[in-house]
Amino acid sequence: MNGSDSTTTSSLLHKAAQISFTPDGNLYCEGAWTLQHLVDLERQIASLPKTFAGPVRCDAGAVDAMDTGGAWLLQRTLNHYEREGARITLDGLSADFATLMQTVARSWSRTEQLQPAQPCGWMERLGRFAWSYVAHARKALAFVGETTVAFGSLLTHANRIRWRVLLYNLQVDGLNAMPIIGLLSFLMGIVIAYQGSEQLKTFGANIFIVDLVGISLLREIAPLLTAILVAGRSGSAYTAQIGTMKVTEELDALRSLGISPMSLLVLPRALALVIALPLLTVFADAVGVFGGMLIALSQLGVTFTEFLNRFEYAIVLRHYVIGIVKTPFFASIIALVGCYQGFQVFGGVDSVGRHTTISVVQAIFLVIVTDAFFSILFSWWEI
Amino acid sequence: MSSTLQPSEPRYPMIEVSHIHTRFGAAVVHDDISLTVNKDEVFAIAGGNGSGKSVLMREMILLQQPSAGAIQIFGQDIRAMDDDAVAALRRRCGVLFQHGALFSSLTVTENVAVPLREHTSLSAKLIEELALLKIAGTGFPMASVNKYPNELSGGMRRRAALARAMALDPELLFLDEPTSGLDPISAAGFDELTQQLREWFRLTIVIITHDLDSLWRIADRVAVLGNGKVLGIGSMSELSNSTDPLIHEYFYGPRGRAAREQAWSRK
Repeated sequence: MNGSDSTTTSSLLHKAAQISFTPDGNLYCEGAWTLQHLVDLERQIASLPKTFAGPVRCDAGAVDAMDTGGAWLLQRTLNHYEREGARITLDGLSADFATLMQTVARSWSRTEQLQPAQPCGWMERLGRFAWSYVAHARKALAFVGETTVAFGSLLTHANRIRWRVLLYNLQVDGLNAMPIIGLLSFLMGIVIAYQGSEQLKTFGANIFIVDLVGISLLREIAPLLTAILVAGRSGSAYTAQIGTMKVTEELDALRSLGISPMSLLVLPRALALVIALPLLTVFADAVGVFGGMLIALSQLGVTFTEFLNRFEYAIVLRHYVIGIVKTPFFASIIALVGCYQGFQVFGGVDSVGRHTTISVVQAIFLVIVTDAFFSILFSWWEI
Repeated sequence: MSSTLQPSEPRYPMIEVSHIHTRFGAAVVHDDISLTVNKDEVFAIAGGNGSGKSVLMREMILLQQPSAGAIQIFGQDIRAMDDDAVAALRRRCGVLFQHGALFSSLTVTENVAVPLREHTSLSAKLIEELALLKIAGTGFPMASVNKYPNELSGGMRRRAALARAMALDPELLFLDEPTSGLDPISAAGFDELTQQLREWFRLTIVIITHDLDSLWRIADRVAVLGNGKVLGIGSMSELSNSTDPLIHEYFYGPRGRAAREQAWSRK
């Protein structure tokens, strides 16, 4: 083919590929045995008789184009008939195409050393599945232990704290999260107050909107909402950052330079979250309650002064404290899961994405489980 | 400009690059580059780091636009192509990227099957057979066909990527530094494979390399880029007699001399 013809003209130059039996019982091939005609050829071959015996001539003189796909299809067909007991002589194929068929046959002989993988039974799969969870749990536990030990040694050697990294993470994961957390918490306050006001109005118990908004936000909603947002925002980032560093061997580089990834990457992040999450929760409390106040005013006619007076009287300090006490635990979970999943990244970049997803899902799951656990604990203690 | 090799037999140009200029902001990468790649030849683009070799290849495979100038592939001007023509052109070109660029979430067989699956509607069985054939043809160890790219060595990855580039039986094959990072034995093996594939499938190959051994061994013609220009085009023996100081440095530096002597002793 010369440089001036395009694909369309070159495909017009050749006849469509065909394979068929002539009336005298010989095989006849013609046309372009190339990739674009293979679908058609495959169909034609499927409709040929499956077996026949005796010597057969395969006339391939009219084949005027062939690529590896076509060569393989012809080779495969001939192989099939030969296995069925036919003796086939290939005739008239041009020297170039004959060489191509030899090349293909030689390549194919290499694939025959391939052993088909044994499909494993459901028992084996179940076993492997269960075992992978046990192995993961052990690794995760080891990581928690390692971090705790490193954290402990940090407490006795305060000069080892990497302040710059810590402050940077405080800014990125704390300060920069304020707008989105404020907005969502404000909206949650509005939603709760709005839903409550419909019910309270019917009883004329307008002022109890304060109890509803105050207790639910301070005790549950604000801590949980903040933790979930931070898990999605910072936990995922931790996994992606550490995971990418693992893929590009930066973690190994750190180790070889005598810098422990634990002290540079994990501890400052964990510490930053443990500091930032309670502060963010306080912020979310305030903004959420303000949202509730606006709805109380507009829907129930409860003025800001009335609201705040009732708030002081009705919302006992413990609700606020209980909400805040939970947050360092949430923060530890998010940071540890995020970093742990980052270290679990293995191999290629697609692993980073997979582990980031796992990290967010696991962190949110564990945060909610922990919250439920706290609820049970507090109800035992009757607070 | 340069001493272009006069073809002894009629040759068809596969790629014609004429007066290419490429600028990234203030940085000039190509300053009036012209060259022609003929059918059935192995055309190498050599030059130091940052001489714009890879950018030139990216422009040839339509991944990047030159700032000025024209590129013709198979006689068609790539600027005048519509989407269908570009798609058709891409099916006729195979590209081996420098680090293989295998899809990391797919096994080797699946990687090679991607172009077949995308561009044909063949049965799954035939696609798998064709993929295995291509893999076998590159000398990839068949025991590893179900492994993922990150489980492979650099040489294996390169061969798997070559199998993917060959999946649609391209007429034109682009190799971006195929032997970089390979040990001498693997690199020599890869050169041999390139030769073999070229004979088997009548390929036209554009190869970017600074591996002087590869240049001597497989390149029919070499274009040396430098300072944004083509410093010289010709066979290796022609270029090694060039008076251009940069080319001279390239071929008569300590490593160049060794490769040259080795090439002569082979002949």
